[in-house]
Amino acid sequence: MTEKIIIAGEGGQGIMLLGKVLAEAAMLEGRFVTWLPSYGAEVRGGTAHCMVIVSDEQIGSPYIKQADSAIIMNNPSFERFKDRVQKKGLIIANSSLVPPPQESGRRFVFHPFTSLAIGAGNIKVANMVAIGCFIRITGLVKKESVLKVIQAHTPAGRQEVGEVNKRALAEGMALA
Amino acid sequence: MTGSKKKMLISGNEAIGAGAIRAGCVFYAGYPITPQNELTSYMAEHMPAAGRVFIQAESELAAINMVFGAAAAGARAMTSSSSPGVSLKQEGISYIAGAQLPAVIVNIMRGGPGLGNISPSQSDYFQATRSGGHGDYHSIVLAPASVPEAYTLMQRAFALSETYRGPVILLGDGMLGQMMEVVELDTGTKAPAVTKKPWALTGCKGRQPNIVRSIYLKEGALEKFNLLLQKKYHLIRQREQRYESFAVDDARVIIVAYGTMARIAKQAVMALRKKGKKAGLIRPITLWPFPASAFSVLGRPRQKFLVTEMSYGQMLEDVRLTLEGRAEVSFLGRAGGGIPSEEEITARAMRLLQ
Repeated sequence: MTEKIIIAGEGGQGIMLLGKVLAEAAMLEGRFVTWLPSYGAEVRGGTAHCMVIVSDEQIGSPYIKQADSAIIMNNPSFERFKDRVQKKGLIIANSSLVPPPQESGRRFVFHPFTSLAIGAGNIKVANMVAIGCFIRITGLVKKESVLKVIQAHTPAGRQEVGEVNKRALAEGMALA
Repeated sequence: MTGSKKKMLISGNEAIGAGAIRAGCVFYAGYPITPQNELTSYMAEHMPAAGRVFIQAESELAAINMVFGAAAAGARAMTSSSSPGVSLKQEGISYIAGAQLPAVIVNIMRGGPGLGNISPSQSDYFQATRSGGHGDYHSIVLAPASVPEAYTLMQRAFALSETYRGPVILLGDGMLGQMMEVVELDTGTKAPAVTKKPWALTGCKGRQPNIVRSIYLKEGALEKFNLLLQKKYHLIRQREQRYESFAVDDARVIIVAYGTMARIAKQAVMALRKKGKKAGLIRPITLWPFPASAFSVLGRPRQKFLVTEMSYGQMLEDVRLTLEGRAEVSFLGRAGGGIPSEEEITARAMRLLQ
């Protein structure tokens, strides 16, 4: 099984980290993974994206032309990437910043990740709410693996940072 | 603790840095440029922490000449940059080759010519494998195709540079530098191998002074020195060719690709095999010396070759020179940010198979 995921949003929303947390969780489960960022003249407020591939086999190109799923955190990214997801693919989007579209056909899941993050105590953890929602629907990685990754990234002596991220993950998992 | 490993998700740039530190690199000088900045940044953090030297130089030229000096003093030294920056280093690399000093130069290639752009590219193959600077010299050129391989080849790069006392270039593209994969980092406490360097400038108290130079003005001296270099290059050609070959034995079309392109080409080969098409892959790991041995039994009648690169045909010349007209060689290349896709490669291979 191979899952190709595009993750996109605005610089500052933790898009790169979102992808890395997913990829590291898959690594802990012994899968092959690649993570490829958009790089170069990226700025806070501009768009940012990364591409994550999780597979049971060796991965060729880390570049994704057509994705199986996407996690979209703002509207410009939705416009840019919605057609890059295969016809039967899944798009999980942040309804706090992306107005749900009229069209149907693709599997759209809309939830207000930003608002939920504010509710969880920090706007910056909208990415973890989105991961929670994504893994609950797809079952790509286990919750325990993501929790381990969050713990590993929590700075020493800043346990509250880890806690708010874990809370956000739980909020996301309760959504789907 | 000697055999411990730690699995980590890191970028190609970081893996190169980790490999260098593991190999006992004690001196790094560099100047920032995308898409290799994570390497400079990794070294800025980890070299001082390991009690070694990190210098952000004022220019690429300064960085390569600092490496020249450090290597002359016997230090295991490296620099890194991306295409335009590596062009600036060419004079220094020629001097390092002329002075027979070990040093490692990393080039994470971007689109050119000129300042070009920051997209992945393989357009510096000629520069890396045909000397790049002036004079009849060669650098050994290593081309990893994955992040774990970047980690191990970087360690090999230092070993080769000291065995043959010359510059070794690690040649990757922007995608390899930026992408992350899982690497098993060696966290053991085993110290890196020590190479005896009786030629190094270490202070001559109690011994004859050493001289490190690349100038030979006495009649006949430079020719004699060049013949010595040629002997060394002959030895390297005989001993250091490396490649991976995949499904070539019964193949009717053999794709030749290195670095990131080899990953895409391998996908294409697997897709073709699934359809029952006899395709194979040769992936050069050393670009210089070019792995001619991979082709020695190939080039049978009706066997065709397809070279694919992120350039307009550079390694293609080495494949043609190696096959000496024994087989038909086709080419599929894009550059300036374009990357030949699996579908494009598959379609071209299918046409060749008809």
